[in-house]
Amino acid sequence: MTSFIKPRISRKSAPKNKIGLTRQDYDGTMSTLCAGCGHDSVTAALARAFFELSIKPHKVAKISGIGCSSKTTSYLLKEAHGANTVHGRMPSFATGAMAANTSLTYFGVSGDGDSLSIGIGQMIHAMRRNANMLYVLENNGVYGLTKGQFSASADIGSVAKKGTVNDQPPIDPCALGLSVGASFIARSFSGDREQLVKLIRAGLMHKGFALIDVISPCVSFNDHKGSTKSYEHTYKYYSKLVHADYIPPAEEIKAAYDVGESMPIVLHDGGEIILRKLDPSYDPSDRSSAFSKITNNNTKEIATGLIYINKNLSDMAEQNNLQERPLNQIPYKELNPGLDNLKEIQKSFR
Amino acid sequence: MTDNQSIKINDFVIKIGTVNGTGSASANELLMKAIFRMGVPVVGKNIFPSNIQGLPTWYEIRVTGEGHAGRSGDVNIMVSMNPESYERDLDSISIGGILIYDSTWPRPHFMNRADITVIGIPLSSLCNAEFEVARSRILMKNMAYVGAVAAIIGLDMSIIYNLINETFEKKRKLIPANIKAVGLGFNYIEENKLNNKKFLVKSLDRTSNKIMIDGNTAAGLGAVYAGATFGSWYPITPSTSLMDSFSKYCNLYRKHPKTNENLYCIIQAEDELSAAGMAMGAAWNGARAFTPTSGAGISLMSEFIGFAYYAEVGLVYFDIQRVGPSTGMPTRTQQCDINITAYASHGDTKHIVLYPADPGECFTMAAQAFDLAERFQTPVFFLSDLDIGMNDWMVDDLEWNENYEPDRGKIMTSKQLADIEEYSRYLDIDGDYIPYRTLPGTDPKGAYFLRGSGHNKYGKYTEISSEYKEVVDRLLLKWKSAAPFTPQPIISKSLKKTNYAVVAIGSSDGAVREACINLEKQGIYIDYMRIRSFPFADSVEDFIIDHDFVFIIEQNRDAQLMNLLLTETNAPREKLVSIKYYAGQPLDYKFVHDALFKEIMANQKNKKTA
Repeated sequence: MTSFIKPRISRKSAPKNKIGLTRQDYDGTMSTLCAGCGHDSVTAALARAFFELSIKPHKVAKISGIGCSSKTTSYLLKEAHGANTVHGRMPSFATGAMAANTSLTYFGVSGDGDSLSIGIGQMIHAMRRNANMLYVLENNGVYGLTKGQFSASADIGSVAKKGTVNDQPPIDPCALGLSVGASFIARSFSGDREQLVKLIRAGLMHKGFALIDVISPCVSFNDHKGSTKSYEHTYKYYSKLVHADYIPPAEEIKAAYDVGESMPIVLHDGGEIILRKLDPSYDPSDRSSAFSKITNNNTKEIATGLIYINKNLSDMAEQNNLQERPLNQIPYKELNPGLDNLKEIQKSFR
Repeated sequence: MTDNQSIKINDFVIKIGTVNGTGSASANELLMKAIFRMGVPVVGKNIFPSNIQGLPTWYEIRVTGEGHAGRSGDVNIMVSMNPESYERDLDSISIGGILIYDSTWPRPHFMNRADITVIGIPLSSLCNAEFEVARSRILMKNMAYVGAVAAIIGLDMSIIYNLINETFEKKRKLIPANIKAVGLGFNYIEENKLNNKKFLVKSLDRTSNKIMIDGNTAAGLGAVYAGATFGSWYPITPSTSLMDSFSKYCNLYRKHPKTNENLYCIIQAEDELSAAGMAMGAAWNGARAFTPTSGAGISLMSEFIGFAYYAEVGLVYFDIQRVGPSTGMPTRTQQCDINITAYASHGDTKHIVLYPADPGECFTMAAQAFDLAERFQTPVFFLSDLDIGMNDWMVDDLEWNENYEPDRGKIMTSKQLADIEEYSRYLDIDGDYIPYRTLPGTDPKGAYFLRGSGHNKYGKYTEISSEYKEVVDRLLLKWKSAAPFTPQPIISKSLKKTNYAVVAIGSSDGAVREACINLEKQGIYIDYMRIRSFPFADSVEDFIIDHDFVFIIEQNRDAQLMNLLLTETNAPREKLVSIKYYAGQPLDYKFVHDALFKEIMANQKNKKTA
């Protein structure tokens, strides 16, 4: 995690977003991950999405746990505060941070070890609370930093680099999210930047907990023959269910979708998440059919895209009756009940 | 029966043994408040099981005209309402005491103790005759024994009636039944002339400007006044009522006047790991944040505590100690987390710890804890215990400084950032070991990456030895530099110069002070220092060195306070004598007195023979 400064090459012709920033303004420090690591593509997709949405980098808080995936928050948005917390505990830290200031954009990056083993409890409860954040789970089925042990997302029959075969069933974060009531669940692949960027845009703008499970192959320990999280395997069985993107309020919806297949979801800011069904029989607002689709054991198909969305759940801030003004900006005089009330309170203690 | 005993006025203990879940708590509280309202100081101790219904539970009310703060160790009037604990109750009564029991089912063998007076009152049959519903028969029996005790100790009945009226202000239809029940017990004593007038309450004027409050209520209220806006928690006895208090007063006084939105946020977490993470996240993001728990919770939180220490995020952990190890005895009290709070988490970690001694200090120290946490950007522990936290103590009225402003420590604003070339999170610019923090979302120039991994003073990742060492060395100096800002020890000198001294913390205070007063009456003079914080002030070491025999009194098995003093000061080992009580009940002065007396006698004998 050495913080190498990323060389900055400015091109005058680089396109600018609505707030006058270029894509490079969304970079962070140089990645120290292995060459070809799926996580670097996810980092790039995240930076791209923030750039396209014209979000001020310093109005973002980036939070992670421990592991290869959790290092990546350093590799983008250098002008945003970041917290690289403890293993599996990103959700609780992010939850508290959100409570203190609901006006920032929060995203967490985690991995399959961080989320599905040591931190599974925290991830589940952050989903239950519908904390308003994007949660990117960079899923490679393997522990990278400790050199190649299976993680809880490894498929039955997947072969480790040293030849061991996994015989325990995988935990699917999307199925988990469906069962505990997450309000936005998507799956993507680090090798499909176009789909991923759009899902991230939609996830960032969704009010509530947005989980994106990103298959992100580990080139060093899990990209060989027999692995079910390799680039080759993922490309082979990759299938798209529902395409999703966020369209800001003012922007005209340019993409011409067939009426029967597109499904606009209007958000609180007036923007829309536009869904385009690639499988006409699939309804991403139907929780049970979503569950049955992704847990179908008869196919090796990796269903990607927006799996489920429910925009009607109250988020953590609403559940806690919080104001728009952040807690960390309320002056003390409004927090102090005052001397008269202290006297009044003490009447009950006599 | 012995009648040749003098009358005790305003100096005796009433103990009530009941079955938990039968509603006796409010009756006992009413009895205690009635005495308090007669201007007579009281000490209340609830000795309850880790259970909801069916097990023995006791409530002890010490009537102490002189205003002592601890238990006496005596039981003078035992109200025994639970057949299961009859034998234990009978054994616990001091010579010359009174046993009151429900004689609906007579127990002639109680008469085997000739040194006490036994008063049987057919409480169940009296209540069964008056009340129809089964539940109210149980509840009214409690009020009936209140009436009986009131008659025996001569309480002002108008005060009792007022209290009943206040208690049921919102359920007024319950008032007549309660008054009738009190009358049943009262009249039975009067009509049968059972009052032997051995123990009496006589009105005084020693409770004005005093309140009866438990430490958790006071600490929760302290957090409200301190301006805490975020609390996360996982329910655990005996700390739960602290968050209940914070929640109650926030609900009353922390709502937006127009929109009724909350100016606070409380999240019940899935476990203590998460509670610690949430509080830290909120603190990092600029909220005054805390989490209340007990020792078992501190064990779980330790990972985050080390992170907060190393990454320099200031927040408050309230540890309401209960008996350990492991699940231990969740409803009993101890001072067993002195070690863990001083050094919680792996690696080299040292924390600021405050040791309140009563609910009054819980209120003020709660606020101090937040100021210290934010000023020094580090975890601060508020180390209370079940005795302080859950029992009602008589303390001075709570006072708050009108001009108080929270000490938020060094937070660099956008304006300040504009004036500097580059911001670095851990640079000691002012030479006071405290760096400047920035809040997320305020300025692009202020961004930094919070990490628990090795970092240098600029906040960047490092594995370079000298860079690592520079930061952790500063952390140690920062921690030491906090000592003068924490509550200083309170030293009580005896009337004469002495080589003997006592050192204690927290809830031992009342018992220790009373023991010293009693020893002084016997011509034994002892100086007393109550330590109120860690890191220890210099005066702690000086006090120990100034005496030849220093008794360290504490409520744990392993002499944690003594060992902390040996580790963290230059106190000579040979001067220190450990006195420990760790059986889980609130400390009584007789235990302290007897232990000190024994040690001092042995020491004086040694001196003579030497």
